[in-house]
Amino acid sequence: MPRLLPYLLLLPATAFLCLFFLYPFVQVAHDSVMRNGVYTLENFSRMAGHWKFSTAFWNTMILAAVVVPIQLAMALTMASIVTKLQRGRSTILYIFAIPLGISDLAAGLIWLSVFEQSGFLNSLLVGLGIVDRPILLLGYQNTWIIFIAIVLAEVWRATAIMMVILVAGMGLIPKEYGEAADVFGASRWQKFRRVTLPMLKPSLQTALILRVILAFEVFAVVVALGGTQLPVLMSETYHWQFAMQERGVAAAFAMVILGVSVAFTILILRLLHVPKGARV
Amino acid sequence: MAVIEIKQVAKTFGSFTALHSVDLTIADQEFMVLLGASGCGKTTLLRIIAGLETPTTGEVWIGGRRVDHLPPRERGIAMVFQNYAVFPHLTVFENIAFGLRMKKMDQAEVTRRVNRTAELMHIEQLLKRYSGELSGGQRQRVAVARALAMEPDVILMDEPLSNLDALLRLEMRAELKGVLAESKTTTIYVTHDQVEAMSLADRISVMNGGRIVQAANPVEVYRNPAARFVGSFIGNPPMNFLKAEPAGAGKWQVAGQVFDGPAAAAAEFAIRPEDLHPAEAGLPAEVRVVEPLGPHTLITASVAGQPFRAVLESNLLPAPGDMLRLAPVPDRIRWFDPATQSAL
Ligand SMILES: Nc1ncnc2c1ncn2[C@@H]1O[C@H](COP(=O)(O)OP(=O)(O)OP(=O)(O)O)[C@@H](O)[C@H]1O
Ligand SMILES: [Mg+2]
Repeated sequence: MPRLLPYLLLLPATAFLCLFFLYPFVQVAHDSVMRNGVYTLENFSRMAGHWKFSTAFWNTMILAAVVVPIQLAMALTMASIVTKLQRGRSTILYIFAIPLGISDLAAGLIWLSVFEQSGFLNSLLVGLGIVDRPILLLGYQNTWIIFIAIVLAEVWRATAIMMVILVAGMGLIPKEYGEAADVFGASRWQKFRRVTLPMLKPSLQTALILRVILAFEVFAVVVALGGTQLPVLMSETYHWQFAMQERGVAAAFAMVILGVSVAFTILILRLLHVPKGARV
Repeated sequence: MAVIEIKQVAKTFGSFTALHSVDLTIADQEFMVLLGASGCGKTTLLRIIAGLETPTTGEVWIGGRRVDHLPPRERGIAMVFQNYAVFPHLTVFENIAFGLRMKKMDQAEVTRRVNRTAELMHIEQLLKRYSGELSGGQRQRVAVARALAMEPDVILMDEPLSNLDALLRLEMRAELKGVLAESKTTTIYVTHDQVEAMSLADRISVMNGGRIVQAANPVEVYRNPAARFVGSFIGNPPMNFLKAEPAGAGKWQVAGQVFDGPAAAAAEFAIRPEDLHPAEAGLPAEVRVVEPLGPHTLITASVAGQPFRAVLESNLLPAPGDMLRLAPVPDRIRWFDPATQSAL
């Protein structure tokens, strides 16, 4: 009985997960290989055959590849600074965490108000006399500006979540290791590189996995700032499901996002693996 | 050349004073042992010398250079931490090599030094392991090896052998002493173990309540304690103390016996337990507990109602309740001022 107890206690949560997560998941997986009542891979071939697919796929990838490293670098820097603070640490954490409380659509709209034709940036440029009249920044001629705006909005919105995780992780590293590094001649950078970073691996794993998965699911910010100018996997899923009424193809997109997420999760777990015995 | 000078160093944590104006000079290549009860400020002093703690007031000089504003890595020291601080994410080899890697030493020299110090500390078979796979005593030896591998001018060791079994400790102690003497290192060594302190030290600094009470060579500290605390802390069993009544002209009456003593208003009589022998005339002692220890017999007795210990020859086996007369060796009697607690 005592050995069964933990499983018994996990039962309600497991049942909940099965009902509301596993079931819809199986449903989607099923939909992606079902067309007109027969099992087929046609949904996938339709998806891959569409001219927007590879654009959407690569846009998503490139966006993640740009956003996540910037966020990682910023979160590490900010976390190091916050950890060193003697006082006012929690206040600063709260301030940094404010964007976390804003939904991604709202974040997209905030940045839209900066970049749109009647927006803040244009007023500023006109006011300073750099341009004569407001310019269309987020037009189809300059998708790179849309891209930059999305990167900015994403960095602004979701860096704090990584930082909070990393601050917690740094707090878990006993002070004595930093002191030993100091005594044995490590410079600040060496201490960070040779002691803090390796001991932060478990938190880095969590933060990166969370961020990378969210980056592959980027949607509202992209739609708010770019409309259909910059297709990503998630916006295509939405498009196929609701505009095209092609449930199967939308499900195929969802499976692709899932596949990519799982692959990167495994990759991150591998890369940041801490050998047994080397744990803190 | 690495003389360490500590000038009027004080340290307060909030309202608590951990160190009261400590003055201490450690000569080049000297082996200085810090000895004192738990919480008396040994680690705090060591951490101030290392630069891990800033003194509230005072100065620290190493090798003729004022260092108390310098970060630890610019002080030319290595340290064995009381809690080891062996890096969990590195193997034993990389732990020992850590300081050498920071100096960007070439691989051949790193390997040579790691192997040499690992062998010295008997951990050469553990080089590939992580710290999580070591016992406490093994981890402690990694910490010592890491410091030795640096071949620094100054080495600070905070109870480096505390976690080893008696036999291994004896062996390590001898090896440490040899290696440090050979490499001409100035050493500050914290220990709780008096025997270790006596056997290793050129000089012992006895600390009490954030002060250095006496800094002298081991025999001096043992024979001529500068304060009552030193006598009561050093020696196993420690010194005996008895009340003394002035009997005029530098004579003092102790438990009915009269001894020559200092010319002072008040004094306390002190004698080491091994400086007593049974005699016709002497301090009257009522035996309470008899402990035959092999080489000698330890007697716990009561002299004029005060606790009193004596170490006697092992063929003497009195019974509890017996009355003994214990005569002190005259030139081993010490006197302390009851008010200031210092030696007279
Ligand atoms: N960071 C700190 N904050 C407050 N008090 C401290 C701090 N560090 C040490 N102390 C206090 O200072 C005193 C001296 O501590 P220290 O660690 O130097 O003792 P120690 O002689 O090394 O003892 P032990 O033999 O037990 O290691 C202790 O009373 C301790 O409680
Ligand atoms: Mg200590």
